[in-house]
Amino acid sequence: MSDQMLVTAARLLGDGEVCVAGCGPARRAARLARATHAPGLTVLGDDGTVDGVPAATAGAAEFAAYWLQGGRVDVGLLAADQVDAFGNVNTTVLGEYDEPTARLSGAGAAAEIATGAGRVVVLLPHRLSAFVERVDFVTAPGALTGPLDRAQVGLRGAGPVAVVTDLGVLRPDPATAELVLTEVHPGVSVDRVRAETGWPLEVADEVGVTAPPTAAEVAALRAG
Amino acid sequence: MATISALADAVDALVHDGAEIALEGLGASIPVAAAHAILRRRPRDITLVGTAPGPAGDQLVGAGCVTRLVFARLDPALHRIRDALVAGWPAPLEIEEHTQAGMAARYVAGASGLPFATVRDGYAGTDLAAVTNAATVRCPFTGEELTALPALRPDLAVVHAQRADRAGNVQLGGVPGLRKEAVLAARKALVTVEEVVDELEPEHGAVVLPAFAVTRIAVVPAGPERHPGADPCDDGVDLAWAAVSGDRNRFTTWLEGIRA
Repeated sequence: MSDQMLVTAARLLGDGEVCVAGCGPARRAARLARATHAPGLTVLGDDGTVDGVPAATAGAAEFAAYWLQGGRVDVGLLAADQVDAFGNVNTTVLGEYDEPTARLSGAGAAAEIATGAGRVVVLLPHRLSAFVERVDFVTAPGALTGPLDRAQVGLRGAGPVAVVTDLGVLRPDPATAELVLTEVHPGVSVDRVRAETGWPLEVADEVGVTAPPTAAEVAALRAG
Repeated sequence: MATISALADAVDALVHDGAEIALEGLGASIPVAAAHAILRRRPRDITLVGTAPGPAGDQLVGAGCVTRLVFARLDPALHRIRDALVAGWPAPLEIEEHTQAGMAARYVAGASGLPFATVRDGYAGTDLAAVTNAATVRCPFTGEELTALPALRPDLAVVHAQRADRAGNVQLGGVPGLRKEAVLAARKALVTVEEVVDELEPEHGAVVLPAFAVTRIAVVPAGPERHPGADPCDDGVDLAWAAVSGDRNRFTTWLEGIRA
């Protein structure tokens, strides 16, 4: 997983916030934020841990019911296998559900995070096979098919506010809810991002360039 | 009241063909020894319930003991379950997929004597709602539409815990997962422990299951040593198991070894 991707995601987490992060890159990004600019970040794991330590008040049952459904989580980090133009996340199957070509990890807590957290940051490597116009299976809802859909279905949180990849950052257009390329990582061209995106990607008028990892961030990543 | 007995005897007494069996526990709390004992018993037509089935669930599916799997998450190392789903080897596997929170709510409903659980999130707006056992229900007080999920009442729950006392009270220890919920939802429960002590020392965060909620206790060797307080994420992917699970022949040889 690229350092730049983890660092960029970590920077989107605020000091003092309550964050939910599953295992893998999501948890690494959250730990990195705690170790650097956000020492007051609380990291809830979907395995029933608080800041990595098993907690009786954060069992897997309490985790979803009290923290996420109860509306106590500011931000969720979601690792995706596939994402689409409206930020919907698939971690269930590739191909048809009944006859999948690949069986992925399933829902876990992804749908509750995408719904119950105040906002969501999605993480995945930017590859053409993973950036599709419409996901094979909506495991965790993004904007579904447009800007009004989440409210119509009764989903409370804002949903994905950023998709952070190893090439850059995409954010939903407030008017259309479709993802727009807003930042590239140093040395990455907009054309390269377009080439790895499976739909005609909207690009912001001014595309920013993310700051490279600082020495402190790299050290924190290496320390785990 | 809980009876302390040898693991094989407990499995003989509690595991039957066609039973619905819940296996819960993450990382060092996966009931590895119990899963091996169940493999030796060779049950058929099991409905296996496991929020994150882990290597134990993978082994039972690979051995052809399971016809139906109820789950929420499949870790990357579980190739036997994937082989059954994609290629039907060694036998087709029926699935009922939920979210982790959905599984938790279903156990809690079962443990509470309720016919169904309600959740707000996890199903609405997803494609999961259409392919699994879920319905909608209207709140009689607020009029809100919520997701209803059937309660889980497994015939047997199998979990691993740190220790028990001689009376059969169990201190779970470790990452909680859904072990407590599964034990309390199930009609019978088998708990493997690493030691039996005269008296349990109160321990911060270690859930105690009272003896009356447990059917059998069996002492098994402790799992691989883990750094205390280690983030369970660190060993979320069991590489050693992935290598065995990733190859039908290696798995078959492994299974023969377990059953020898």
